Amino acid sequence: MKYILSGILVFLILNTNAIAQASEIEMADQMRANGKIYVVLLTVLIVLSGLFLFLIYLDKKISELEK
Amino acid sequence: MPVLKWWKWLTIPLMFYVVSMGIMGKVPRLPILNETVRNLYFHVPMWFGMIILFGASVWFSIQYLRTGNLANDIKASAYVDVGIVFGLLGLVTGMLWAKYTWGEFWSNDPKQNASAIGMMIYFGYLLLRASLSNEREKARISSVYSIFAFAILIPLIYVLPRFTDSLHPGNGGNPGFNPYDQARYMRPVFYPAVLGWTFIGFWIGDLSVRYKNLIIKRLEDV
Repeated sequence: MKYILSGILVFLILNTNAIAQASEIEMADQMRANGKIYVVLLTVLIVLSGLFLFLIYLDKKISELEK
Repeated sequence: MPVLKWWKWLTIPLMFYVVSMGIMGKVPRLPILNETVRNLYFHVPMWFGMIILFGASVWFSIQYLRTGNLANDIKASAYVDVGIVFGLLGLVTGMLWAKYTWGEFWSNDPKQNASAIGMMIYFGYLLLRASLSNEREKARISSVYSIFAFAILIPLIYVLPRFTDSLHPGNGGNPGFNPYDQARYMRPVFYPAVLGWTFIGFWIGDLSVRYKNLIIKRLEDV
């Protein structure tokens, strides 16, 4: 019984260690929590849209010249 | 509404998806890498795109040598141009990533060195084309060069770094880029990223090809 209990205890300690280690790894959780990351996302998507519009514009111009 | 090829339309939602998931998507919590693991969607596709573009150049070089049609040579050279841009972006983004994970912009990692040599070989392609004025000669010699350059590039960046110790994943006993089960949800973003970036490369290459054809046509008309 003593061994089982200590066994469980050791397992719990090891397990919490593993859990603690996983959350110790630093990620940008705060940025995600306060939602400011969406500002970055939106900015990148706007830049991407602009670049694609320019590519489509160039494609159209070249198609006209080919005619 | 301009009439674009289907794969050009596909590029747009693909890239929106990749960028959104690249910033917001779930990634494994890994030591050292931390959030930079997201570079998998932006740095690695540069190299995949470069290889596919250089491969396309080899295909059109072979087609030129078989048919002697200069249109194939124009395609072969345009795809090398875009491939070099992708390769340089891969080098620069790789150096930035390395600074914050391996500690140095350049740590003489075998794969870093090999890809730098690979870029030099392709700079040679540009130099070769610039130094020949005869169109036929330029097309024939650079087609052969493109095939040989690719044949050297593949062992340089895919085979040789695996024989030595390298910091890159998948080399020198390091696990590949998706070794963990927890990274399996990166794959549905990574493969679309490779496809999307490669399509962007071919889109720009296609514009370059058509632009060069227009110039040739104008020169013939004069």
